[in-house]
Amino acid sequence: MSIQCEHLTKRFGSVAAVDDASVTLEREKIYGLLGRNGAGKSTLMGLLTDRIRPTAGTMTIDGKPLRDNVSRVYMMSEEPLYPESYKVRDLFRWTGEFYGGFDHVLAQRLCNEFNLDTKKKAAALSTGYRTIYKIIIALCVDADYIFLDEPVLGMDAGHREIFYKALLETYMARPRTFVVSTHLIEEVAGIIEDVIIIDQGKLLQTESVENLLHSGYNITGAIDAVDDYCRDQELIGYDIIGGIKTASILGKAENVPNGLTVTPLDLQKLFIRMTEHKEGTRYE
Amino acid sequence: MNINFQSEIPIYLQIARQLEESILTGIYPEETQVPSTTELSTGLQINPATVLKGMNQLVADGIIYKKRGVGMFVSTGAMGKIRQARQSEFYDNYVLPLLKEAQRLGITAQELSDMLKKGETGK
Repeated sequence: MSIQCEHLTKRFGSVAAVDDASVTLEREKIYGLLGRNGAGKSTLMGLLTDRIRPTAGTMTIDGKPLRDNVSRVYMMSEEPLYPESYKVRDLFRWTGEFYGGFDHVLAQRLCNEFNLDTKKKAAALSTGYRTIYKIIIALCVDADYIFLDEPVLGMDAGHREIFYKALLETYMARPRTFVVSTHLIEEVAGIIEDVIIIDQGKLLQTESVENLLHSGYNITGAIDAVDDYCRDQELIGYDIIGGIKTASILGKAENVPNGLTVTPLDLQKLFIRMTEHKEGTRYE
Repeated sequence: MNINFQSEIPIYLQIARQLEESILTGIYPEETQVPSTTELSTGLQINPATVLKGMNQLVADGIIYKKRGVGMFVSTGAMGKIRQARQSEFYDNYVLPLLKEAQRLGITAQELSDMLKKGETGK
């Protein structure tokens, strides 16, 4: 039970927005899709929900062509999927009719928590509330694979927290796969189980967050000392602040000389270092 | 409870440790129910698989046990077990780092010993 895509490529003219991507999305897991601006996150999600046609590659859901099973996947994105001249409550109803199920109880509760008036037309809502009504649909629709492209864009901290809690609640009540793309990595670090990292259209890494964070470590100290130590190590990336260098390294810390400090990797820093295009820091 | 993402201790172990801490301080007495996976997951905003891993660690250690269809309960004798485990970790977790920092700051063994006495007696 999974979505599998193999050698998926999407070209826009001469640019490959998604370049030979192969990935398996297992059922009932929460994934984080991380990538810099323009890395190809939205295109990949669009492909996986049959909104964008691939230039090459195959996609299957439980072994059957994805295209014949589009009602099992749902994507929430910034661009509206719906005619926004309609009332929010009508959009809820129609989504349910198309997908064959909608959790109206949860939707009602979330509308109360977010203070969203469902009698309003979608077009009349503020930017933040246009995101909110789309989030509510995505959390309540009965599909097996839910793709959330930048779900918290423009939401305040309080609303983001309501969203994260609701995501976990509905996930536990009715386990299904969620793929969440976001730039607020620290906020989702504990929520996502596996992480997919995309950079310049290519998939760099698909790994559980725990394994990824334990795949290496940071080492901090004077620039020369860190450089010395890094000479025969597998470097992911580094930064320098005020003459102090912090390098992220793959593997286990062994024989660390005095004066250097070892600290654990954190997802956000690791991600930045993996996708930074500095000389010699490219993560391969 | 408070999860530290910067810590080198994996999140599931942090959850296990903090539940132990709460049992040790008597927040969850023996034979009472501990919070459910659902409650901890949404409350801490941590993936339920991670929370469950932490809970299962405590089950394996005999600290909590599952009552089918009801939830997780604190085992009889859990407090003693936790205290014993913490005592055996005390040297590694507290004494060694203390000595290392003292060395780094140039505090002698005698000064350290005096500080311990002062801490105990308040003088």
